[in-house]
Amino acid sequence: MTVASMTAGGASPGRVIDAPVVYKDDVVRWFMIAAIFWAIVGMLVGVVIAAQLTFPALNLGLPWTTFGRLRPVHTSGVIFAFGGSMLIGTSFHIVQRTCRARLFGGFASEFVFWGYQFFIVMAALSYVLGGSQSKEYAEPEWYLDIWLAVVWVTYLVVFLGTIIKRKEPHIYVSLWYFLAFIVTIAILHIVNNLAVPVSFLGSKSYSLFSGVQDAMTQWWYGHNAVGFFLTAGFLGMMYYFIPKQVERPVWSYRLSIVSFWSLIFVYIWAGPHHLHYTALPDWVQMLGMTFSIILWMPSWASMVNGIMTVSGRWDRLRTDPILRFMIVAVAFYGMSTFEGPLMSIRAVNGLSHYTDWTVGHVHSGALGWNAFISFGALYYLVPRLWGRRAVFSENLVRLHFWLGTIGIVLYITSMWASGIMQGLMWRAYDSLGFLQYSFVETVAAMHPYYAIRTLGGLCFLSGVLVMAWNLWMTVKAGEPAETEAPPAPALQPAE
Amino acid sequence: MANVYSVHDVLQKHSIKLMVGILAAVSVGGLVEIAPLFMIENTIEKVEGMRPYTPLELAGRNIYIREGCYLCHSQQVRPFRDEVERYGPYSLAAESMYDHPFQWGSKRTGPDLARVGGKYSDEWQVRHLIHPQDVVPESVMPSYAFLAATPIDGSEIADHLRALRVTGVPYTDDQIAHAAADFSAQGSAEGADADFDARWPKAASRDFDGNPEKLTEMDALVAYLQMLGTLVDFPKIVPDADFNR
Ligand code: HEC
Repeated sequence: MTVASMTAGGASPGRVIDAPVVYKDDVVRWFMIAAIFWAIVGMLVGVVIAAQLTFPALNLGLPWTTFGRLRPVHTSGVIFAFGGSMLIGTSFHIVQRTCRARLFGGFASEFVFWGYQFFIVMAALSYVLGGSQSKEYAEPEWYLDIWLAVVWVTYLVVFLGTIIKRKEPHIYVSLWYFLAFIVTIAILHIVNNLAVPVSFLGSKSYSLFSGVQDAMTQWWYGHNAVGFFLTAGFLGMMYYFIPKQVERPVWSYRLSIVSFWSLIFVYIWAGPHHLHYTALPDWVQMLGMTFSIILWMPSWASMVNGIMTVSGRWDRLRTDPILRFMIVAVAFYGMSTFEGPLMSIRAVNGLSHYTDWTVGHVHSGALGWNAFISFGALYYLVPRLWGRRAVFSENLVRLHFWLGTIGIVLYITSMWASGIMQGLMWRAYDSLGFLQYSFVETVAAMHPYYAIRTLGGLCFLSGVLVMAWNLWMTVKAGEPAETEAPPAPALQPAE
Repeated sequence: MANVYSVHDVLQKHSIKLMVGILAAVSVGGLVEIAPLFMIENTIEKVEGMRPYTPLELAGRNIYIREGCYLCHSQQVRPFRDEVERYGPYSLAAESMYDHPFQWGSKRTGPDLARVGGKYSDEWQVRHLIHPQDVVPESVMPSYAFLAATPIDGSEIADHLRALRVTGVPYTDDQIAHAAADFSAQGSAEGADADFDARWPKAASRDFDGNPEKLTEMDALVAYLQMLGTLVDFPKIVPDADFNR
């Protein structure tokens, strides 16, 4: 059995069909609204800090507006606020549909929504006011960490509880990924944030670990925030929305099994590639590099599975801009999961590390993969959640697609150029054997690329604004769907 | 024979088993890579000269963290010819053994700072922090003029030392008892006394920010910057070429 099939109506032959389930869609709608809002805020701050690197006067000389304080607002804003709202919202949607069960736990899901949004607002405020603990992508201080742990465990309970009361025999592929995402993020979050508070009324704490051990723990966390938040979780989205949008089952069920287990097993080892040539012992660096290279395989297996799901319907890519978002997202996923292992090779990393190449790499993943698959999911979900026949304007979706794509291309090409150039300038020697460039000469050389990057970001952001308007019009003025959508068919493997 | 498909076939019908399977799969890597770092003795080489931060340096370090300086500056010199020539001897694990959290950084928008201590005068550092472009016109570093206008005191610093002691930093009772006084003394124009020097070997005490009237965040930050990379005496250490590399 290599091909999964979709059983219409979610019922396999011979099973009793129960009364239709009433899904809990309110929370999902709120999460989608929050996601769009945070996408705009997070990317706007991104454009601002990109502009600050181009024109430092834009730091304004105020404590609250300097690059160092705004950068975590940008990263948390796009990863945790936008990405997180997308992940929790879509996982709530998908778990109900594929389990044919209403969300478990009564108001617990509302608590997850408000608790999570509260966390985000408080985190952003604390960064601006100077309350970061300096661990990248884990900047909030101990009191917010504890709060997030409570919200996250509640999320796990709601999600798992819904799976437990499912009316389908199988747990659908997407749910494996979402479950791995939720469970692993809980572990990473708790371990990496172990700290000793200075006092119970103050916000400051000191990390339990120091130096080498702290660095290793942080990048074990940091890389797996990429691995489980930005990869596993978003693959969960991919495995649901692409089959839905092309109306075909996942290409290979077997491939999804192999890639799932190998992906989650291998990812965890990859962290040390963030610490090549540091004081971290060599053996850990080598392990990290080896597993990072192996990781290429499961990553591409997922990509192949996503893209091949469209096989037989390739013509749709020309006519359906929403599908195009999703498939280009998977293509970017493939590109950045090829680039990642390449950059984890020590010799390459020696050049790329500490430069903009890393920044460009992250953005090809974040903009190309995470944001694009999210846009696809939003265009798919918003009309359905608000009972509309279709998106307000397909042409605006096309416009968004091109603004986004041009934005990404400007962004990553400028960062490749500046990163590789800066890396080479740092190590250049003149004919007399002296270092050829002072550091500040390399800073000055970055200026044009930083300007192009800002432009790319602006392009991408304007695409998001177009989407926000299009979806707003969909809800406000879209034609109502003729009938209440029947319970969505579950995407189950053939037995 | 149990292959991945038949195992998976069991797991994908049972949520708790699936979760346990996931937990098992994701635990291995972390355990193998992280746990030994706490147990293997030569993860951190033994060097002379390392001491915990003085109260004022610690406050400066906290300002460094608060302002996100680590987002543009690394503190980790790699063992490359160009880096050693540009920044100084490559970083040893021992040099960050009292760093909770570590500040190795991940991006060099500005230069590495692991060995910036003593590279410039206090006056240069203050001018640079107030308005970097006055000193280095092409710089993209933000201006931190507000630090010089923000007073700071050591009234709560002893609590910080105590919290750090819980994490394993060997602050002595004596150091904690005198923390507040040492905090002010280190940044005062007169400098600190001999007891201070005994408690904090190699710690410089002077008015760092050029404003003897009051102790400011600028004093603390410059005190921190000026001690970076100065504790271990490098010419004396001949690191074992194979160690860790
Ligand atoms: C937006 C990025 C950015 C941030 C944030 C930043 N810097 Fe810088 N920094 C630079 C750049 C670029 C240079 C090189 C040009 C120059 O000397 O100004 C630099 C240079 C320096 C230097 C001189 C190093 C040398 O060897 O010449 C010091 C010291 C310094 N920064 C300290 C700090 C401190 C302390 C903070 C936080 C309060 C900070 N920087 C925040 C970008 C930044």
